Amino acid sequence: MATTTDTADTVVAEDGVRRRDFIEIAAVSAAGVGGLFTVIPLVSQMAPSKDVLAESTTELDISALEPGQSIKAVFRKQPVFIRNLTQREIDEANAVDAATLRDAQTLAERTLEGHENILVVMGVCTHLGCVPLGAAEGENKGEFGGYFCPCHGSHYDTAARIRKGPAPTNLEVPEYSITDTTLVIG
Amino acid sequence: MSFPWAKQYEPTNPVAKFFDEKLPLPRLVYNAVGAGYPVPRNLSYMWNFGVLAGFCLVLQIVTGVVLAMHYAANDAVAFNSVEHIMRDVNWGWAMRYAHANGASAFFVVIYLHIFRGFFYSSYKAPREMIWLIGVVIFLLMMATAFMGYVLPWGQMSFWGAKVITGLFGAIPLVGESLQVWLLGGYAPDNAALNRFFSLHFLLPFVIAGCVILHIWALHIPGSSNPTGVEVKSESDTVPFHPYYTAKDGFGLGVFLLIYCAFVFFMPNALGHPDNYIPANPLSTPAHIVPEWYFWPFYAILRAFTFDFILPAKLWGVLAMFAAILVWFFLPWLDKSPVRSGSYRPLFRIFFWVLVVDMLILFWLGGAAAEEPYVMFSQLATAYYFLHFLVILPIISSIEKPKPLPFSITEAVLGSDEKSVLKNKSEPTA
Repeated sequence: MATTTDTADTVVAEDGVRRRDFIEIAAVSAAGVGGLFTVIPLVSQMAPSKDVLAESTTELDISALEPGQSIKAVFRKQPVFIRNLTQREIDEANAVDAATLRDAQTLAERTLEGHENILVVMGVCTHLGCVPLGAAEGENKGEFGGYFCPCHGSHYDTAARIRKGPAPTNLEVPEYSITDTTLVIG
Repeated sequence: MSFPWAKQYEPTNPVAKFFDEKLPLPRLVYNAVGAGYPVPRNLSYMWNFGVLAGFCLVLQIVTGVVLAMHYAANDAVAFNSVEHIMRDVNWGWAMRYAHANGASAFFVVIYLHIFRGFFYSSYKAPREMIWLIGVVIFLLMMATAFMGYVLPWGQMSFWGAKVITGLFGAIPLVGESLQVWLLGGYAPDNAALNRFFSLHFLLPFVIAGCVILHIWALHIPGSSNPTGVEVKSESDTVPFHPYYTAKDGFGLGVFLLIYCAFVFFMPNALGHPDNYIPANPLSTPAHIVPEWYFWPFYAILRAFTFDFILPAKLWGVLAMFAAILVWFFLPWLDKSPVRSGSYRPLFRIFFWVLVVDMLILFWLGGAAAEEPYVMFSQLATAYYFLHFLVILPIISSIEKPKPLPFSITEAVLGSDEKSVLKNKSEPTA
């Protein structure tokens, strides 16, 4: 550098470190760390906003849900199926040895204690996210009498467990609770 | 271009060499804001504002793109989507306050940048093109800021849009149809809001393009300096990096302190409470004022209250646009061969009078449209044009400037003898 002259700043101390080296590193580090912190709001703003999170529970009255009937509801902008299983459907589900299934789960593990007849599953096929058929009257319930995904032919049984087709896991059971006749999902 | 003694980019590692051969982007940066750009050694802090303006543009684009991810340009939901940003979106309040105050910060920086140009005659040869592009950038900024202020669709947004587009209605014959065409309706509504949003997103990138041209044009003659004496030899310059990256870095730190004080402690100090009332086409706010950065020009607009051949409204509009367009002619209105105001005793006095006049116009633009403010506006407007069209040309012909230093080095060190190259340095023509 043509203009460098000997001043206190450029005098090299015995350990080879100039005072200016320290200032440079300190200033650039402070600016760099500060700059990195601005990434937090820029990234965080893309995450679900408060109003989206506030829609994250769904309440339903299931007092009128007779055995053999289903409700399609919306939970976090996705369909959720609530079915009051008939005794025959419960028996069919329990007749299968869970250990032989692709995603080993018993009906009891997929329902609440005391409410084994109420099956709550997300209406989202675990293969590629289509909405399976079977919740509404007259829809194709597949070979195992539960749900059938028309996109790539995944068959779910009466406990909504995957039995045939490409889906890797059972239909997801969301977190929910039942008090009296009110079902709260989320 | 550069001075012959500019350092050359010499990549050392193979990756840098590969890039330099295929796409010399690092070389471009090195020659633009790196050690490859020799800059006069005597730049004051008034030379910080170009880099700060660039920072503001990036800040506005980043926060603006984020806001656009959450904002909805529809008159039914626009106001609520802004409140959604403020209340629901993670850090949305910070993004919006950073963007709103960022606009003000951008204008503070630009006004200082422009008045630096006035004092040091940065518009003079060989830098006319830099100046002309700069005025274009300023006009684009005003258009962008105006349209951005409409987007929240509050009372000030709506009535600001109505008043400003109403200006076009003053144009004879075609005015009213032009206004309707600009708005896509008879009053600002969904069509206007949508096109303003589209243009508000587009124009910053047009500004960015103009900034590239501005910097390109700057690098041909190189930066001006407080003496106005052109660079003659290597001892007159220092490399941009590290000297001015450090100086600009310090300036940026000071700027950010003031800016963050506004964003975090008084985010609405520069705004209007009326804009937190949803737009209502049936009720005009008692006192419509634009944002502070438009005040001088708003004062000039309102100064014309009498018909003289043309209607008063049209005079106001013409004067307001002329107040900025006159800057385009500065390189030819000020004929003095001396650039820096430091060596122009008479010019310097009138420069400060202009600054005071501009500050008065700022004050009047925000004041109510009643006496005595209207009369003050008329006087201040008259002086504004008098300065550029009469005083400036006269000064440049009668003024006897003070002697200029032989070189930048002499101005800094007292004599070229003290420079590193001493009297071995060859003046370049």
